[in-house]
Amino acid sequence: MIMKMDNYLAVFSPKRETKGKLGGKKRVINMAEFYTGKIEKSPRIDLIKDALFEKMPQIEADRAVLLTESYKMTEGEPIYTRRAKAFKHILENLPVTIRDNELIVGAATVRPRSCQVFPEYSFSWVEDEFDTLETRSADPFYISEETKKTLHEVYKYWKGKTTSELATSYMSPETLVAMEGNVFTPGNYFYNGIGHVTVKYDKVLEVGYSGIIKEIEEEISKMTVGDGNYCKKKALLDAMILSCKAVIRYANRYAEKARELAGKESNIVRKAELIKIAENCERVPEFGARNFYEACQSFWFVQLLIQTESSGHSISPGRFDQYMYPYYLKSRNEGMTREFAQELVDSVWLKLNDFLKVRDEASAEGFAGYSLFQNLIAGGQNEYGEDATNDLSFMSITATEHVFLPQPSFSVRVWNGSPRSFLLRAAELTRTGIGFPAYYNDEVIIPSLMSRGLTLQDARNYNIIGCVEPQVAGKTDGWHDAAFFNMCRPLEMVFKNGVENGKQIGIKTGEVENMQTFGEFFEAYKAQSNYFVSLLVNADNAIDVAHAERCPLPFLSCMVDDCIKVGKSVQEGGAIYNFTGPQGFGIANMADAMWAVKTLCFDQKKYTLKDIKEALENNYGKDMDSHMAEKLTVKVCKEVAQKGKNLTAEEIKSVYKSIITNNCPEDKKAFYGKIYEDINNLPKFGNDNAEVDSLAREVAYVYTKEVEKYTNPRGGRYQAGLYPVSANVPLGAQTGATPDGRLAFTPVADGVSPSAGRDVKGPTASCNSVSCLDHFIASNGTLFNMKFHPTALAGRNGLENFVSLVQGYFDRKGSHMQFNVVSRETLRDAQKNPEKYKSLVVRVAGYSALFTSLSKSLQEDIINRTEQGGF
Amino acid sequence: MDYSTVKGRIFDIQRFSVHDGPGIRTIVFLKGCPLRCKWCCNPESQNRGIEEMTMNGKTKTVGRDVTAGEVIKEVERDYIYYKRSGGGLTLSGGESLMQPEFAEALLALAHQKGINTAMESTAFADFSVIEKILPHLDLYLMDIKHMNSDKHKAFTGQANDKILANAQRIARSPVKLIIRTPVVPTFNDTEAEIEAIAKFAGSLPGVEEMHLLPYHRIGSDKYKGLGREYALAHIEPPSQEKMNKLLEVVNRCGLRGQIGG
Repeated sequence: MIMKMDNYLAVFSPKRETKGKLGGKKRVINMAEFYTGKIEKSPRIDLIKDALFEKMPQIEADRAVLLTESYKMTEGEPIYTRRAKAFKHILENLPVTIRDNELIVGAATVRPRSCQVFPEYSFSWVEDEFDTLETRSADPFYISEETKKTLHEVYKYWKGKTTSELATSYMSPETLVAMEGNVFTPGNYFYNGIGHVTVKYDKVLEVGYSGIIKEIEEEISKMTVGDGNYCKKKALLDAMILSCKAVIRYANRYAEKARELAGKESNIVRKAELIKIAENCERVPEFGARNFYEACQSFWFVQLLIQTESSGHSISPGRFDQYMYPYYLKSRNEGMTREFAQELVDSVWLKLNDFLKVRDEASAEGFAGYSLFQNLIAGGQNEYGEDATNDLSFMSITATEHVFLPQPSFSVRVWNGSPRSFLLRAAELTRTGIGFPAYYNDEVIIPSLMSRGLTLQDARNYNIIGCVEPQVAGKTDGWHDAAFFNMCRPLEMVFKNGVENGKQIGIKTGEVENMQTFGEFFEAYKAQSNYFVSLLVNADNAIDVAHAERCPLPFLSCMVDDCIKVGKSVQEGGAIYNFTGPQGFGIANMADAMWAVKTLCFDQKKYTLKDIKEALENNYGKDMDSHMAEKLTVKVCKEVAQKGKNLTAEEIKSVYKSIITNNCPEDKKAFYGKIYEDINNLPKFGNDNAEVDSLAREVAYVYTKEVEKYTNPRGGRYQAGLYPVSANVPLGAQTGATPDGRLAFTPVADGVSPSAGRDVKGPTASCNSVSCLDHFIASNGTLFNMKFHPTALAGRNGLENFVSLVQGYFDRKGSHMQFNVVSRETLRDAQKNPEKYKSLVVRVAGYSALFTSLSKSLQEDIINRTEQGGF
Repeated sequence: MDYSTVKGRIFDIQRFSVHDGPGIRTIVFLKGCPLRCKWCCNPESQNRGIEEMTMNGKTKTVGRDVTAGEVIKEVERDYIYYKRSGGGLTLSGGESLMQPEFAEALLALAHQKGINTAMESTAFADFSVIEKILPHLDLYLMDIKHMNSDKHKAFTGQANDKILANAQRIARSPVKLIIRTPVVPTFNDTEAEIEAIAKFAGSLPGVEEMHLLPYHRIGSDKYKGLGREYALAHIEPPSQEKMNKLLEVVNRCGLRGQIGG
C-alpha cells in the first residue's frame, strides 16, 4: 500500500506538443504509483441508498405535460426551435428535488428511482399497459390513477406526431412482415430516443455551458446569411444556445432550493452542506469547475439532463477516471482528503441509480432490470498508448463496492501494460458477485476501431457504450443498439422455405429435403440471412430518418463534435464518426446446428434433412416448456373467449395438452428422440474443438460480413455486434426447435458464449472456442458471459488465476468478458425469498441488474448458464 | 528418441486445474496405482485395467490408451494460460511411476514445448525409475501419508520405507519438492502424527512447503459405481478448526504450511 501523494501536473514537453493532438494544452501525467488501499465507506452512502429503495419506482407525468404544453405553443416553428423551447419549458418547471443527505443534487423525478415519459417517441404502449405496469414480471412501475388520467389527456395530442409512427411509414411492407415474424426487432429506437452516446464531459467541466455558448456564438459570427446551410445551421445553433441557457437556469433553481432548505435547516452540519450545494449550483455547469466537488456536480447535471432531453438510454459516462482526474489532483493538492473524494464518487454512483426508464413489456424483457446502461470505464491506455490507470480508476472500483447497485455499468480496460494491481483489484470486485466489472481488451478494440476509420489517437481513447459497444467519446453517434437479429430464425426459414403460418416471411430457398450438399444448405442459410439483414437495414434507416426529422437534440449535439461546426444535429449526422450497429445472437446455436446437419445428414448420412425437418416441427417429440405452454394456452383461451365461447375446465386441459405435446404422433416420438440424442452426443461449440469452432467462425461471418456492406442516412457505415442484451430469452421464446438440439421456445445462446450447459471442458476450453470467432470484425462489440462459483476465486491464488484467465483469453484476441460469481443455491434461494434479496445484483448481459426484478424465465436462464469451478 | 509415440493409459484430462501446483494447470490422470488408500477419491485410478463405472445411471468406460503426443497436443491448447499464470502440466493418477516411460515422455515433451511440469506422486517405485524422470520435472508434489510403517500399510496396503528413502533422494536432486499429506480422520489426524511427518519433511534438504489436504467424500459415490465397498463411509471430514490447529503444527516445524493444494 502506497500512501505517497506526489502527483503532479506537467506541461507538454515541446517535442510532444508539436506532435500531440491537444497541442499546447496541459497534459496530466499520472504518477507512477497510485493508492491501491481500501477507503472506508461514509455512513451517508447507505442512508441515501436505503432511501432510494424505500418505495416502488413510479411513473411521473411532469415532463410529458410540460413538453406537450410547449409543443402546442410552437407549432409551425423549426423543429430545432421547438425541441429547445420544450426543453427550456421542462427545465423551468420540472419539480426541483433535493433528497436528504445528498451532496450531489439534481433529480428527474420527485420519488427516487422513478421515471418520466417521452411521448414524442411513442406513447400508445404506455396507455395500453397502464393497468399491467405495476404487476408485470419484468421492471414493474407504480402509476397513480391521477397520472394515468393526465397522461391520457397528454397523449391525445401526440397521435400521428411520434418518431415511431413516422418510422413505420418509411418502412417497406416486407420489413414489417419480417418484424412481425420476430426475425429481428429494432424496438429500442423504434419506441425510444437513441441515446447510446458519450459526450464531451471534459469540455463542460473545463469551460461550462457559458464557454460552449461562447463557442457557438463565435461559430455564428463566422457565418453569413448567404451561406447555403445558413437557415438550418442558424436555427440549430440558436436552439443549442437556448438549451444551454435553460440548463444554467435549471442548476440555479437548485441553488435557490438549497439556500431555501439551508434557511430552514436546524442541523448546522447539514446547513453548511446545503450552502455548499447552493454555491456549487451557482457555479456549475455554467462555468468551468474549480475543484473535484464542483466537477462531480457539473458531471451529474450533464448526465441527468441529456436523459431529460431524450429517453435514449446508454448515456455512458465513459472515461470518468480520466476526465475527472485533473480536478481530483487539484483538490488533493489543495487538501481534499481521500475519504471525501471517495464520498463524492460514491455519491455520483448513487445518483446514477436515481432514475429509471419505463419500457414496453416486450422491451422490458429484452433489457430487463430497469437498466439505463450508463457504462463507465476505468483504466486502459491514453491517446499516446501509455497506461492511464490512476487513483480514480481504483476509486471507481471502490465506489462500485460501496454502493453495490446496477449503475453505473462498470467496466475496465485491459491491455498488456495494465498494472497487475489494478487487475487484481478488479478481480476482487468480480468476486463479490455483482457482475462488475466487465473486462475489455484494448489489444482487440483499438485496431478494430481503426479498421472502421478512427484515428489511432481516437481509437486509443475509446470507451464503451451501453453493454459492450466501443467508440470514442464526444465524436461518435454509434447507433449501437440498432436491432436484435436472431441468427436462428434464418435457419428456421431454410427448413420452411421462407413460409411460416401461411405467410411468406423469408425468401424461397427451395425445399430443404431436396438439398444435395452441405454447401447448398449453408448457402441457403446465407441467402435467408442476407435477405433479413437487408430488411433490418431498411427498418433501422427508416427509424434513423424519423429521429432526424422529428427529434433532433440540440442540447446533446452541442457536446458532440463536429455538430456545432457543421451545423447538424447528432441525429442528422453531425458527429465525426457515424455508425449503425445491429447485434446478432445465437452463434453457438447455429454453429452447433450446422455441425449437426453436416455430420449427421452429409458426412455420416445417418438422417435425411427431411428427418431433421420433421423432428424440429415436432420439437424432437418432447413436451414444450410448461411455462411457455401455459402462456400459449391462455392466449388461445382468450382468443376463443373473444369469439364469445367460454371453455370448460376440461376443454382448457385438452388445449393445454395438445399445446404441450405439440400433437406429436406417438409412433414417431422414439425416432425423434434418437435424433435428439445423436445431436446431443456430437461435439459442441465451447469445448475447444477446432473443427466446430472454425465452423462457428464461418457462421458468425454470415452475419457480420453482410452487415458491414450497408450505409446509414447519417453518412456512416453499418458494423455488426455479437451480443444479446437479454433478448436471447424473449426472442428465444419465439423461436422453434433448432438442429443443435435446442428445444422450441427455450432461450437462444447469449452473445458469443457457448450454449448454456454445453461447454463442459472448463473455462480455458470455453475461452479458446470463443476466441476462435473474429472479434475484430464485430466492431460493435462481442459479449462473452461466464459464470463462476465463488470458490473459483477464493484466496489470493484464486484472484491471480482469474486474472490470468482473462489475460489468456485476451492474448487470444477475445474482446470482452464478464462474470457472474454467485452460487446456484443463492440464486434459487433468491427466487424463493425475493424479499431477502432485494438488492442482489447479477450480471445479465452487457449489464448487471437486480435479480429479483428479472422475469422468471430470465432468472432461469442465468441459473442455467454453465458454472465454471476450479478443479 | 521420439517421445510422442510412447503409449500409455490415462483415465482423464482436466483443464483449468488450480489446486495442484502453481497457476492454471492441466492434469493428466494416469491409470494404475500400487497403493490402495482407503480414502482414495479416485478409486477408478487404482486398477491398471480398463473398467466400467456407473454414475448417475450412466455407465462409462474408465481408461483409454493414448500416445504421449496426443496428450501433449491437448495440454498445449492452454499454453497461453500457463504462461500468464505460471502454470503448466501436472501428472497425477493413479501413480505415474507405474508407467515410467509414458510419464517420462509426457514430461519431456512438455519441456520441449516450453511447458512447466509437475507430478503428484507418492514415489513408490525403485529410485532408478524416478531418477530418469527427474530431469524433466520442475516440481515434485510428493505424498507422505504416515511415518508409522505399520499404520501406513494398514491404510494404503504398502509399507512406507521405500517412500521415505526416495523422499530423501528426490530432495537432494535439483527438482523442487513439496510434501503433501491428506489429513484423514482415524488415520493420521492427530497433532502427533502430523508433527512426525512435518519434522521429517523439514529435515529434507530444500523442502520448505507442506500442504495439508483435508479428507473429503467427493469420490465416495464412485466406489458404488465400480461395485466396490467404500471402507471409510463412517468418517466425517476434519473441521476447519482442526485443520487450522494442524497447520500451526506444520508451521512450528519451520515449514510454510498450507491447507489445500
